[in-house]
Amino acid sequence: MSSADATSARYSWGADEHLFVEMAEAMSLEAYFRSMAVVTALRERRPEGVLEICPANASYQVRFNPDTLAPDRLEALLREIEAEVGDAHDFTFDTRIVEIPVLYGDPWTHETLMRFRDRHQDPDATDLEYAARINGFDDAQGFIDAHSGAPWMASMVGFVAGLPFLYQMVSRGRQLEVPKYVRPRTDTPALTVGHGGCFGCIYSVRGAGGYQMFGITPVPIYDAKQELPDFRDFVCFFEPGDIVKFEPIGRERYDELRGEVERGEISIRQKPVTFNLEEFHADPDGYNARLLEVLRAD
Amino acid sequence: MPIEVIKPGLSTTVQDRGRTGYYHVGVPPSGGLDQFSLVAANLLVGNAAGAATLECAYMGPELRFTEPVVVAATGAEIEPKLNAEPRPGWTSFAVSAGDVLTFGHLKRGARMYLAVSGGIDVPEMLGSRSTYTLGALGGHDGRALQAGDELALGSSGDGAAGRSVPEALRPDLPNELEIRVVMGLYDHLLTDAGRKTFLATTWTLTPVADRVGFRYKGAQLDMVKREQPFGAGSDPSNIVDAPYPIGSIQVPGGAEPIVLHRDAVSGGGYAMIATVISADMDAIAQSAPGSKTRFVAVDLEAALAARRERADRISRLGGVFG
Repeated sequence: MSSADATSARYSWGADEHLFVEMAEAMSLEAYFRSMAVVTALRERRPEGVLEICPANASYQVRFNPDTLAPDRLEALLREIEAEVGDAHDFTFDTRIVEIPVLYGDPWTHETLMRFRDRHQDPDATDLEYAARINGFDDAQGFIDAHSGAPWMASMVGFVAGLPFLYQMVSRGRQLEVPKYVRPRTDTPALTVGHGGCFGCIYSVRGAGGYQMFGITPVPIYDAKQELPDFRDFVCFFEPGDIVKFEPIGRERYDELRGEVERGEISIRQKPVTFNLEEFHADPDGYNARLLEVLRAD
Repeated sequence: MPIEVIKPGLSTTVQDRGRTGYYHVGVPPSGGLDQFSLVAANLLVGNAAGAATLECAYMGPELRFTEPVVVAATGAEIEPKLNAEPRPGWTSFAVSAGDVLTFGHLKRGARMYLAVSGGIDVPEMLGSRSTYTLGALGGHDGRALQAGDELALGSSGDGAAGRSVPEALRPDLPNELEIRVVMGLYDHLLTDAGRKTFLATTWTLTPVADRVGFRYKGAQLDMVKREQPFGAGSDPSNIVDAPYPIGSIQVPGGAEPIVLHRDAVSGGGYAMIATVISADMDAIAQSAPGSKTRFVAVDLEAALAARRERADRISRLGGVFG
């Protein structure tokens, strides 16, 4: 089984329990949708012995039990599905769009970033000011407008439980790119909105981290005790394929929403949508505008 | 409650065989890092193989029992003491109401498994009683045990004192290890010299060795200089963030390889260059900081053969007590 053709995926064994499949080396919505299309088909046909199916940004991974599913049979099946899926240009899937309020330049990430200035590329600026400058914006507000303007796709969920990696649904030329910290921090507040490389993220729990920190959301996205209404069925809010719109808020609104969290009343605004890659590519801005109309309709 | 925690030890968590089906949202399998020793401890006290046990890293806890049970300690060599009287490892023994169980110093290995007849009874979360501390999920309140905690037990098994795992079935717990790996994933980002260095170096396990991962030092690995793909980040060891297999070995900056274990971060942007075969994950679990490790490349066939041998060892355990 060779992979001479430029669009064909690269298969590699993660020892005897994992098959890793890289759709492309570089990030793109095309690579992501090919991975999602294969994963969707595999879930439908799920043979016995498949334990975990993990879609990621431009790759996916299957964990399997080789005692019940022979490795060569799994590889043959995945290659067969890959051929059926092709370039997945017309891939359509049912998902949802969700609104995540963000207090940009908040005091908690500010306190944290000041503690770790010695690990940053630009110790004299905040993470927001630095990101604005290297992406060609006049000031932090310009960067915030771009960050919160177009929606993002949760192209991978993981690192720690429930953490979404987010890829903004704009052309390559408009992608926001920021390097990770020179050396990772040992601390990041829970619910920090971060960015590294071309990926945004929301830290689901407090912990180490290397992404630049732009703000914080008041709404929990992970609830191990399952006390909040959004978590009655499951501990993580995000699933791969979710579409996210960041909504800038001020301190007053932040405090209101935290009050709702403490009273156990908060729920994240979300609406079901169907996403089609071909229609998106025909008019990305128009398509995004229609998605946001769905989100805001009552 | 039948068990009172007087002293918790260094890091003692409730672990069983782990959970499956949630890695795609970042919830790792968790479960005992040394599954062979966990199963052995359970079978010794008459539990089902996958009952919940206490995994004790480097140091045993001090526990008071308020009802009669049968217990067994396996894995790392840490001598159990019942009311200060030594008891053998890998052997079940009876505990009476009011008895206090303590442990001696670690002699070999890194993680001891303590099974109690009936199994540790904490609520099942996502199909398992295992503790995932990064996500504060499962186990006892989502965390390592603390002094003053009380633990419940499941309905008692047919616990019998005096059962012992034959010497031949117990693991070696060496200070010098050869760990078998399947090369692959992103190993093409290593130069030929980098690949040779990885396999030729005797690596030393650093103190950064916990349920998430085991970090080694010993050499700098030469990585291919390339124009980085879009989205991958600027260091030659960076990739577009991808899923991490359990057992995969990543090399941030080409230095200090990290073997991910059962509380793995599920994905990220560092190139993985090899994966430890499933049969050798128990040995990783029992390596203590300072131990010397060589990574030996094997092919998939050899990994599958080793997997069958390990399964056979586990079924022989079952046979001893069956």
